[in-house]
Amino acid sequence: MREKLIYGLGIVAAVLLARNLYSIFMQLPDEASQGMIYRIIFFHVPAAITAMLCASVTLITSVAYLLTKNLRYDAISVAVTEVGLAFLAANLVTGSIWGRIIWGIWWTWDARLTSALVCWLLYAGYLMLRRAIEEPTARARISAVFNIFAFVDVPIVIFSIKWWRTQHPQPVFWGGGKIDPDMYLTAVLNLVALILLAVVLSLIRLRQEEVQREIDSLRRYAHAV
Amino acid sequence: MDFFRQTLVIARKDLRAELRTKEAINAALAFSLVILVLFSFAFDPFEKETIEMSGGLLWIVFAFAGTLVLNRSFAREIPNDCLDALIAAPISGSALFLGKALANFVLVISVELVSLPVFGIFYNVHWTTRIWSLLLVLALGTWGFTVIGTIFSALTVNIRLRELMAPLLVYPMLIPVLMSAMKLTMDLIAGKPLGGENEVWLRLMVAFDVIFTSLSLVLLETVLVG
Repeated sequence: MREKLIYGLGIVAAVLLARNLYSIFMQLPDEASQGMIYRIIFFHVPAAITAMLCASVTLITSVAYLLTKNLRYDAISVAVTEVGLAFLAANLVTGSIWGRIIWGIWWTWDARLTSALVCWLLYAGYLMLRRAIEEPTARARISAVFNIFAFVDVPIVIFSIKWWRTQHPQPVFWGGGKIDPDMYLTAVLNLVALILLAVVLSLIRLRQEEVQREIDSLRRYAHAV
Repeated sequence: MDFFRQTLVIARKDLRAELRTKEAINAALAFSLVILVLFSFAFDPFEKETIEMSGGLLWIVFAFAGTLVLNRSFAREIPNDCLDALIAAPISGSALFLGKALANFVLVISVELVSLPVFGIFYNVHWTTRIWSLLLVLALGTWGFTVIGTIFSALTVNIRLRELMAPLLVYPMLIPVLMSAMKLTMDLIAGKPLGGENEVWLRLMVAFDVIFTSLSLVLLETVLVG
């Protein structure tokens, strides 16, 4: 069943991505002031939203683990965090490339960029923390608590452009921004495509995690015997 | 009322244990002096820019030296199974946390209050111009820092590579409060008042303190017991 779901969602994501890439590079015109580099926004913003969604999912599964002690939630947390971290990295890298063209610099220490980088470091710390703990229930418990702490940075990333005057542009898709309807449609469809991709990757990673856990328990069983 | 009594018992116990050995506090003081000296090589101490960014340097000193005190907070309970005794004691996890956080706060802030004048002398910084606002920022920043340090000390108490993991996790978590404290301290040393332009940082710092104190109070029992 899950096998079919992975392939099904994967195909939908691939078709949608192909459609979006065609639209982004072939159909949509250059932007008036930025030229062709503006196209990076179709990946930059959806990647950020996907990463923040992943963080929200892991917050829920971490709380769920602490409430139920069901290790399944812990497996989901680690799978989704890893995928979210990759999307956040994509967001940081695309942003940096855009900054190099438009601002002339790869990086600037404004509130949005800094908080996003801190967010990445925190979730990378989460994955490192997991490696440092051997015992599965202790690992699940401690990393769930850490995950809840790390999530506090997520609202700061989202609202930083409202709270501070940042060099990072104000949102185009959220409150006050104006955008051409065709561009808006492509951006939304690309968000859907990236979310689907994140779901597919998380499901694959989850399966890997479950197999890993089964191997671990068999190994422990073999030791005991 | 019981809660506050239990909190004070824990805080008193920790302070007494520390004051009898003075291990952590001496190490933290000596370490903060060492970093102050090191900074003088990295930046020309009498350059105008160095004085402008001295608020930032100061908090780096506090953060590094404070971690020496905070990291040991729960680890020191491991010998003789003191941690198990604390967990088994008829007090709530939140009282245990708050007691330890209070004791740590007193220790960290006393290290800071000693290194602040030394810093003023070595770097020719007039930190007394807005002393009350500065003390407020110092208290709020140190509290946020102490809370994170204490809960992470509990979080990492039983894990492999504790000495390595704790700083790795603590510093990124501290960035919002450290950043606010740095900005505000820089402004205050430059003679600007609190409020107006820098109010957003003060708010961030207060929000950080409130959110992480509540989270830690709720989650400490989960961290130690499960």
